Amino acid sequence: MARIELASLAHAYGPRPRGDADYALKTINLEFKPGGAYALLGPSGCGKTTLLNLISGLLVPTEGSVLFDGTDVTEQTSEQRNIAQVFQFPVVYDTMTVYENLAFPLRNRGVARQALDLRVREIAEMLGLTPSLMQKARRLTADAKQKISLGRGLVRADVSAMLFDEPLTVIDPQLKWELRSQLKQLHRQVGTTMIYVTHDQTEALTFADTVIVMYDGRILQVGSPQELFERPHHTFVGYFIGSPGMNILHASVEGRTATVAGRAIPLPRAYDRLADRARVELGIRPEFVRIAPQGEGVPVRINRIDDVGRFKIARVSLDGQALSVMVGEDTQLSGDSAAIEFDRAHLHVYADGQLVDGKA
Amino acid sequence: MTLDKTVNNRAWFMVLPVLVLVAFNAVIPLMTVVNYSVQESFAGNVFFFEGSKWFEQVLHSERFHAALLRQLAFTATILAIEIPLGVGIALTMPRKGPWVSVCLVLMALPLLIPWNVVGAIWNIFALPSFGLLGRAINGLGISYNFTRDAGDAWFTLVLMDVWHWTSLVVLLAYAGLMAIPNAYYQAAKIDGASRWAVFRYIQLPKMRRVLTIAVLLRLMDSFMIYTEPFVLTGGGPGNSTTLLSIDLVKIALGQFDLGPAAAMSLIYFLMVLAMSWVFYTVMTREEART
Amino acid sequence: MTLELRNVTKRVGGETHVAGVTLTLERGSLNVLLGPTLSGKTTILRLMAGLDVPVEGQVLIDGRDVTGTPVRQRSVAMVYQQFINYPNLTVYENIASPLRVARVPRTELDRRVRDAAALMRLDSQLDRYPLGLSGGQQQRTALARAIVKRADLLLLDEPLANLDYKLREELREQLPKLFAEIGAITVYATAEPSDALLLGGSTATLSEGRVTQFGRTVDVYRRPTDRETAEAFSDPPMNFIAARIAGGKAHLPGGAILPAHGPLAGLPDGEITLGFRANHLYLRQPSQDAVAVTAKVAIVEITGSESFVHAIHRDMRWVALVHGIHELNPGAPVELYLDPKRMFAFDRDGRLVAAPDFAAAA
Repeated sequence: MARIELASLAHAYGPRPRGDADYALKTINLEFKPGGAYALLGPSGCGKTTLLNLISGLLVPTEGSVLFDGTDVTEQTSEQRNIAQVFQFPVVYDTMTVYENLAFPLRNRGVARQALDLRVREIAEMLGLTPSLMQKARRLTADAKQKISLGRGLVRADVSAMLFDEPLTVIDPQLKWELRSQLKQLHRQVGTTMIYVTHDQTEALTFADTVIVMYDGRILQVGSPQELFERPHHTFVGYFIGSPGMNILHASVEGRTATVAGRAIPLPRAYDRLADRARVELGIRPEFVRIAPQGEGVPVRINRIDDVGRFKIARVSLDGQALSVMVGEDTQLSGDSAAIEFDRAHLHVYADGQLVDGKA
Repeated sequence: MTLDKTVNNRAWFMVLPVLVLVAFNAVIPLMTVVNYSVQESFAGNVFFFEGSKWFEQVLHSERFHAALLRQLAFTATILAIEIPLGVGIALTMPRKGPWVSVCLVLMALPLLIPWNVVGAIWNIFALPSFGLLGRAINGLGISYNFTRDAGDAWFTLVLMDVWHWTSLVVLLAYAGLMAIPNAYYQAAKIDGASRWAVFRYIQLPKMRRVLTIAVLLRLMDSFMIYTEPFVLTGGGPGNSTTLLSIDLVKIALGQFDLGPAAAMSLIYFLMVLAMSWVFYTVMTREEART
Repeated sequence: MTLELRNVTKRVGGETHVAGVTLTLERGSLNVLLGPTLSGKTTILRLMAGLDVPVEGQVLIDGRDVTGTPVRQRSVAMVYQQFINYPNLTVYENIASPLRVARVPRTELDRRVRDAAALMRLDSQLDRYPLGLSGGQQQRTALARAIVKRADLLLLDEPLANLDYKLREELREQLPKLFAEIGAITVYATAEPSDALLLGGSTATLSEGRVTQFGRTVDVYRRPTDRETAEAFSDPPMNFIAARIAGGKAHLPGGAILPAHGPLAGLPDGEITLGFRANHLYLRQPSQDAVAVTAKVAIVEITGSESFVHAIHRDMRWVALVHGIHELNPGAPVELYLDPKRMFAFDRDGRLVAAPDFAAAA
C-alpha cells in the first residue's frame, strides 16, 4: 500500500498543448492516503479516466509528477508501480479456467506453487468463486467475470492500489447491489487503497470515504459523501450529487436575507456585500424543501407530481423558477398550487457558481 | 403460420439468381466431369461406359501417388511457413498512426498481381544467368539453378508462394488483432504478463477464428495452385514440381485422356473437401468445448 | 391504433425467448417492459416491430392480423441502446432521413425536422456531425429521428443505458412529456426499476420470457402479483422473511410476533413469506405496532443523506434504507424494526395474498 501524491499534474492528449482547452486534465494537486476508499466522480469527458490512467501508469503525464510514498514514479510502468486495475468490460483470459485466471498474476511473478495455491483459494473463497474454480472463464456471466478481474488484483498481496474504471457498467441492477456491497466489504477486509471511477453518484457515494468531484478537467470538490451532500462548494456539485439535484434559484442577498422573486427568505448566516456583477444564486436540496401548512410559506404552482415509489417529487415553479420538492410516499397532494418552506440551515449562497462562506 | 410461410417463399426468390449462377458455375461442370469419369472416349465424340475403371486406374497409378505426395509436401511446407510468418508480421505492424495504411498497401500489393504475372516475374527474377535472385545466390558461391536442380526448383516455388500469399495471412491476422479491445493489453500489463504470455493467452485465442479461415483458404488454394508453378517451372525439372493440378492438365489436355483426368479431378476434389471439412470441424468443435 | 400480442411465443433453436405473451397497448400510451438481461425485452420489441415472426400466436393492429407483415410495411420507429446515426450526415440530415425516404415535400420536411430538433433541444447542433457530439446529444439525435417519422409505434430498447447517470435522470424526466405529445404507442424496454417509476405510464414486468404482470406502473409497484415481480421491481432488492400466521398475527422464526394490523389482519392461518422494501426496514421504531428483530451488520453504504444498512438475519440478506448517516461496524448486532402495515404477504407458490394499503395508490 502506498501514499499516492499527484504534484502539479496535467495532461493533454495532443502534442504541444497551447491553451486550457487542449488539456484533458488541468493542473491538479491531490493526495490519496494509504488504505482509503476514493471515488472520482463526474460526467463523461470530465477527465476522470485520464486521471486514473495517470495514476496507474497507462499514461505518462504532459506535466507534473506522480509520487508513491514520496518516490517519483512518473516514468514507471503499471507493473513497476505494482498497480491492480479493473476495467469497464470484464477482462478474462478465455482459454484459462477461473483458477488459472486468478493464478496468472502470481505465476508471472514467479510465486512458489504452494503459496500460490493457498492464495488463489483464499481469494476465490472471498469472492464466492470457489464452486466455479475449475470452469473455463469465458463460460461465466458478466458479474462472475468481473469478480475474476477483481480477483486477479486481490491475489497480489502487496499491490500499491486497486483502481476501478466504471466496473459495474455491464452488470444488471439487481446484481449491482450485491457486487457493490461486496466490494466495500472487501475493502474493509484487505485494506488496500482503492480508487473508483464512475459517473454514477450512488456508486461513488456508497463506495468511497472520500469523493473527488470533477468537471471539465478540473477538481471541483474533495470531500466525504456527507460534506458533498450538505455543503456543495459549487452549484455543479449540488446539481450532480443528489437525485434530483439541488434547486438553484436566482436571488439577491443582503446580510441575513435573500430575496427571490420579491419574497424575503431568511438565511442562517450573514453575508458581506457580494461583488456587483456576480451571478448570485440560492441553493437548497429538494430534501430540505417542505410543503408548508395552510397559510404559511412561499406560494408555488404545482406543475407535476412524479410518484417514484418510495417518495414523490413535486415539480413546482416559484415565479417561473423551477424547483423540485421531495414529499413522502403517503402524502396526498392535489390542486395546482401549494406553499413551500425551506429548512433554513441548509440554504446556501453561491456567487458565479462558487459557494460563499457566511458568518454565523 | 401460413403467413410465416409466404414470407419465407418470397425470400427464396431473392436467392434464385445465385442458385442459377452456382448451377452454371459449379453443378453443371461437375456433372460433366462425373460423366467423363465413368466413360471411355474415342476421337472426342464416341463414348463407352466404363464404370469405376478410371478411378481404380488412377488410385493405383504411381504417377498419381507421386503427384499427390508432392502436393501434400508442398501444402504442408507453405502452411508451416506462411501461417507463423503471417502472424509474426501482423504482430509487428503498427496499430495506429499514418504507417498503418502504408503497411496495409504494401501488404496488399502481391495479392493484386495476376497469377501468371507472378510466375513470370519469379521466372525472370530467379534465372541464374541474369535474374537478380539467381545471380545473387550464385554470386555468394552457392550453385543455384532452378531449371536444372529439383531442390532449387522447390526452393524457388515455395519462396514464390510465400511471397505471394503470406500477405493474405498477415491481413487476416491483423484484422483479428485489431479486434482485441485495448483493456486486454492493459490488464495483461498490470498482471505482469510477458510478451509471450500476451501472445499465448490473449492474441492467439482471439485470432483463432481468423487463423482457421486463413489455414482453410491457404489449404484449398495450395491444392488448386496451377498458373504460377506452370509459368515458373512447367512442372520440371523432370516431374519434380509436378503438383496435382499440373499433372491433371497434362493428362487431360496433353494426352487427351479425358476419363482418367476426370476421375483424378473428382478424387482430388473430394480430398480437398474432406480435408477442409475435417479441419473445420476440429477447429470449431474445440472452440465449442473451451 | 391498438397493438395486441396474442399468446405470442418465440423460440430460436430450442431456446424459448418469449413464452405465451399477451398484451394490449392503446394509442397514446407509454408502456415499460421491465426485466433483467435475457428476460425477453428485446425479442418482444422485435416481434412488435415485425423484425421477427413468432412461432406461435398473433400480432394484431386494430384487430387486423399483421403477424407476417414485414417491418417495412408497418409504421414503426425504433431507438437502440447504442447511439445509431449516419456518421456522414449532419444532425439535420440524420433527422430528415426518414422523411426523405417518405418523399415529404421540402417545406414540410424542414418544419418537421426543426420541430423535432427543438423538442430534443438540438436546435443549435443541426449543422454538426454525430460523432462530434456528446453521447447524450447523439442519443437525442437518434430519438429525434425516431419521432420525426410520426410512426404509430415507437419502440425504445434501453435507450438511456449508455448515458451518464445525471443525463439519464434529466431525459427520464423529459421523455414522458415528449411521448405524450407524439401520441404514438410507446414501448420502452429497461432493466432499471427507477426508469419505470420515473417514466410512469404502464409497466409489464418480465421474467424468463413471460409477462408476470401488466398494469399502471405505480399499481404494479404497490401491488406486485407475485414474488418474482416484486423482486424485479425493487431497487434495492426486496427483503424477505418466512412467517407463520396464527389468528392474524405473524410469528417470525426468531420468536418475534407482528400484531394483526394492516395487510396481515385478514390472513388465514398457515405458512407465508413476508416481503418488505428497503425503505420499510427501520433503525428507529416507526410506529407502536413495529416489532424489532436482531440482525448482524454486513456493511453500511452511505450516500450523503441516507444509509444503506446491509444486514444478515438468519441467512437472509436484508437491506435497510434509512435517513441520515449511521456508521455501524460490520459484524455488530443491530435491531431492525418491521412494520406490519408495510408488509407484502406471499403464499407458498409466491403469489401475493396481501399488500400494504396505500391511500396514494387509489
